[in-house]
Amino acid sequence: MDFNFTDEQNMVRDGISRLIREQYDWDTRREVIASETGWRPELWAQLAELGMLAAPFSEEDGGFGGGATETMLIMEEFGKGLAIEPFIPSVVCAGGFLKYGGSAAQKEEYLAGIISGEMIFAFAYAEPRGRYDLADLQTTAKADGGDYVLNGHKAVVIGAPWATHFVVTARTAGDQRDRSGVSVFIVDKNADGVSLRDYGTVDGRRASEVYFENVKVAGDALIGEADNGLPLIEQVVDEATAAVCAEATGAMKVTNEMTLDYSRQRKQFGTPIGSFQVLQHRMADMLMEYEQSVSMSYLATIRLSEDVATRKEAVSSAKVRIGQAARFIGQNAIQTHGGMGMTDELAVGSYFKRLSIIEGEFGSVDHHMRRHIRLNAAA
Amino acid sequence: MNLEFTAEENAFRDEVREFIKNNYPDNIEGRGVQDELSPEDMTAWHKILGKKGWSVPAWPTEFGGTGWTPTQRYIWSEENARVNAVMPLPFGVAMVGPVIYTFGNDEQKEQHLPGIRDGSVWWCQGYSEPGAGSDLASLKTTAVRDGDDYIINGQKTWTTLAQHADWGFFLCRTDPDAAKPQQGISFILVDMKTPGIEVRPIKLIDGGHEVNEVWLTDVRVPASNLIGQENMGWTYAKFLLAHERSGIAGVARSKRGVEQLKDIAAKELLDGKPLVEDMGFARKISQLEIDLSALEITELRTLAGEQAGKGPGPESSLLKVKGTEIQQRLTELTLEAVGYYGTPDFRSFPEDGSNDFPIGPDYAHHAAPTYFNMRKTSIYGGSNEIQRNIITKMILGL
Ligand SMILES: Cc1cc2nc3c(=O)[nH]c(=O)nc-3n(C[C@H](O)[C@H](O)[C@H](O)COP(=O)(O)OP(=O)(O)OC[C@H]3O[C@@H](n4cnc5c(N)ncnc54)[C@H](O)[C@@H]3O)c2cc1C
Repeated sequence: MDFNFTDEQNMVRDGISRLIREQYDWDTRREVIASETGWRPELWAQLAELGMLAAPFSEEDGGFGGGATETMLIMEEFGKGLAIEPFIPSVVCAGGFLKYGGSAAQKEEYLAGIISGEMIFAFAYAEPRGRYDLADLQTTAKADGGDYVLNGHKAVVIGAPWATHFVVTARTAGDQRDRSGVSVFIVDKNADGVSLRDYGTVDGRRASEVYFENVKVAGDALIGEADNGLPLIEQVVDEATAAVCAEATGAMKVTNEMTLDYSRQRKQFGTPIGSFQVLQHRMADMLMEYEQSVSMSYLATIRLSEDVATRKEAVSSAKVRIGQAARFIGQNAIQTHGGMGMTDELAVGSYFKRLSIIEGEFGSVDHHMRRHIRLNAAA
Repeated sequence: MNLEFTAEENAFRDEVREFIKNNYPDNIEGRGVQDELSPEDMTAWHKILGKKGWSVPAWPTEFGGTGWTPTQRYIWSEENARVNAVMPLPFGVAMVGPVIYTFGNDEQKEQHLPGIRDGSVWWCQGYSEPGAGSDLASLKTTAVRDGDDYIINGQKTWTTLAQHADWGFFLCRTDPDAAKPQQGISFILVDMKTPGIEVRPIKLIDGGHEVNEVWLTDVRVPASNLIGQENMGWTYAKFLLAHERSGIAGVARSKRGVEQLKDIAAKELLDGKPLVEDMGFARKISQLEIDLSALEITELRTLAGEQAGKGPGPESSLLKVKGTEIQQRLTELTLEAVGYYGTPDFRSFPEDGSNDFPIGPDYAHHAAPTYFNMRKTSIYGGSNEIQRNIITKMILGL
């Protein structure tokens, strides 16, 4: 048993932590979010320069030999600063698909681009009526000679406005919710028939509805096996889920610190509100929720490389626990701040909003509870 | 013991239902989110009710009240909630109005009560200050007597919809040397157009503009705007806080909210079946309904006590705490129900009016902002911690 990080991992953490501290002060973040494009491409370039986009890849794949732990450390810091950059869609998701399912040629063509930051991927998987079910797909890809033709509508694709490419899940065979018949494709954003409807999100990011209308892709756009993409999708989404869990713990940590600070400064009835026992116990509960969440984030990260059932159980356990903690901490942080917590002026409101959205990202508490129950039943 | 309405009460319900059906303004029908409504929209129903004589049901009849029993008032709020009616804002009708007819002089009644009744005058509540929230009695805004005027200086905050207000009722310190902070406070009516008043918007986490800072610099108001006696304002403010109990729990509105949630959960899918059929989600809805019926009967018991002449008491704290918990729970479940379509920020949608690219179902657009916004309900009107302190002290005697 060892909960220490290697020197290399500590370097990754220090590097990203410094970047976030220096580049993500509160006012800058607000300005960036409100700007036309809603982000800073130059910061993405800086992340690439620092090697952050290479951190979770093996040396053969052009990375630094890291993996899920590096992702966890980076995402914790993202969470602390409420960074909006599409690390999960581009590096964890698209990078993950290529890492586990990509051919040598695909890796050469795309992984290098992801790591250098020149290519930015969004992950187009969710559909308007599919909720969190990864196999509930109405988007189709029909074989046409050696090519495929895609049709469908992907919902709330995070980071799509900033992306150059998409990883798209589509049905190549079977019925809407069948586990088989699902395939994964790479689609250039500029391909004919791809259209986007861009918008902002309530937690300060950008997303799009993405429409595919008779979009033709070559056969080599397929990642992994045709019709048998779901296991790969589940693995990658579990990694993304673990990453968002780590992000949540970072956001919770800062949220708790801000709340504690505020309770020391804010005086009512001639005394800091932190002296009221009901608020003390609440903050004690918030701390416990945070510590339990960190434990679950570690657990999920550690178990990502184990057998499928173990991996799924750990990731779902983590997402349930962290989803619940995210709500508890977010709501109680606002409550403890009183009216100030309701304003757009203080950072705490944005942490609350991000934590609220994280609750549902890659599956809500209910979704992962159901998966946990099914795994138990199958064991 | 029975819960049935009498024949007269049923007839009354039919009458008000019919009236609402025939008179509720079409252009605001079904719309409820404050931020989307113009000031005209927000007062449209108030003005219609004013003409009908139904805008201030709870007031004594001599001042324009309807003389309805608490049960009738309950039926009235139920029927309005059924259509999600945009009700008269509380600041005039439920707050300053009762203070004026109880403690004001005849000129004040004549000057102010008609405008409150007919909805032509918009009021705001200037109590809270940056340093005085839960501890309201520590307020610092001063009013200094100067001949026939008071000169007011200070800063109020969280003043709801002050950007539209014609008048405000302010708590100001008139005796800085009083023995206790509660003493030395006065209740003063202020014309919001008076020079020296600056209203600055505060944006909330849902992106809406519903509250403001109100800065007062050498604001000169006639001393005749003082309500009751100088330095007795705390008594009036407390009267006001305890006065309006019906509606504090928001039962009727939450019932309507549960129906809306069920509609959404019937449209949303899980594994291809309506979400409402999922045991996990159905259980949450049932729990909410059960909590709501407990609250409803508790409120009815309180109303019955009121009908029997029992004065307002600390049980209103129970109604506030449980009522707001249910309102907040409703918004949590709505956000859960809409899944990923809770994430888009509807304020950022392209405004070309094109419907070719709908961004999720309409009912999802407000799910997240409403969830964020409703956190306020456990903070304002005496936070839920303060309400529990009141229960502890006044009921438990600890
Ligand atoms: C949307 C909104 C609209 C509002 N509209 C108006 C308006 O129109 N007019 C107006 O005058 N005011 C208005 N208010 C102000 C509202 O009444 C105050 O926010 C409220 O009184 C709480 O005060 P505060 O915000 O200063 O929080 P604080 O009093 O600083 O409280 C911070 C936290 O400490 C807790 N706390 C404080 N004292 C105790 C204690 N003794 N024991 C245990 N816990 C305690 C609180 O419960 C809260 O959780 C509004 C507020 C909001 C959010």
